[in-house]
Amino acid sequence: MGLLSGTSKFIKALTYPSDMLPPIMADDEHQHVDPELEHAASKFGMWLFLATEVLLFGGLFAAYAIYRAKYPDMFQHGSSSLNVVLGSINTIILIFSSFTVVVAVKAIQENKIKLVKLMLWITIACGAIFGINKFFEYSYKIHHGITPGTDIFYSLYYAATGIHMLHVLIGMGLLSFLLYRTSKGYYSKDNFTAIEIGGLYWHLIDVIWIYLFPLLYLIG
Amino acid sequence: MASEGSYRQYVNIGILLMALTVITVAAAQFDFGPFNVPIALIIASIKATFVALYFMHLKHEDTMTWIFATYPLFLLFLLIAFSATDIFTRVLN
Repeated sequence: MGLLSGTSKFIKALTYPSDMLPPIMADDEHQHVDPELEHAASKFGMWLFLATEVLLFGGLFAAYAIYRAKYPDMFQHGSSSLNVVLGSINTIILIFSSFTVVVAVKAIQENKIKLVKLMLWITIACGAIFGINKFFEYSYKIHHGITPGTDIFYSLYYAATGIHMLHVLIGMGLLSFLLYRTSKGYYSKDNFTAIEIGGLYWHLIDVIWIYLFPLLYLIG
Repeated sequence: MASEGSYRQYVNIGILLMALTVITVAAAQFDFGPFNVPIALIIASIKATFVALYFMHLKHEDTMTWIFATYPLFLLFLLIAFSATDIFTRVLN
C-alpha cells in the first residue's frame, strides 16, 4: 500500500510537478507556480532521490569491499568466470544510451520533437538490448549450475546486477511514458522538466553500471 | 532555464567515455598487483564524474544540488570505512 502510493506519487511528481508543490498565493490574479521555481524544485527533488539510490547500491558496495578483502581467492575465481566481452558490450550500450538521453533533453529545449522521439526510442532500445544480454548471461550461468547460492561472490553478483536490471526496466518504463507523452505533444521548449529529470534517472543507472562493471567483471 | 552544453560537447564526452571503457578493459588484461583495484576504480570515477558534470548538468547546478549530489558519497565512505575497521580489527573470530 505504502509502496503503491509512493510509486504513484513519484510518477505524478515526474509528470505533473506543479501538483506536488504548495500553491503560491502571492499574486491573486495569477495563481500559478513560477515555472523557473518549479523547474528547479523538480530537478532538486530528483537529485535527492538519486542520493537515496546511491546509498541503496552503497550497501552492496560495502558488502563487496568487505567480503572481497576477506575472501580474495573466491572473488578472483568468480570474477574470472564472468564474460568480459558481454560486460564490455553492455557498458558501451549504456554509455551510448546516456548520450542519446542527453541529446533528447537538449532537443526538447529546442522544440525538435522528432529528434526527441528518435533519441528516446534509441535509449529504450539500448535498455532492451542490455536486458537481453543480461538474460543470456544469467541463463548461461544458471545452466552451468551457478546460482546466487553458489558462494558469496555470486550472491553479490546476482543481487547487484539484479537490482541494477530492475532499475533499467523501471527506467525503460519511465522513458516509454515520456515518449508517449512527447508524441501526444505534452512537452515543448517551455515544458521539458519531466524529460530532464527522467534523463537524470537514466544517467544514474549508467553511473551505477560504470562501477559495477569493473568491480564484478574486470578485477580478477 | 537556458540550455546547457552543445551537441558537439555531448559527442565529445560520449567518445571520451567509450575510450575510457576500452582503456579500463585493456588495463585489466595486465596484472598490476595491488594497483589493480585502484586503477579500475580511478578510471570508473573519472567516467562517473564526466557523466555527472556534463550529462547530468551538475556543472551548471546550484550549491544546494551540489551538496545533495555529493553528501551520499561521504555517507558511503563512512559506511565502508567504519564497517571495514570494525570487521578487520576484531580480536575474536
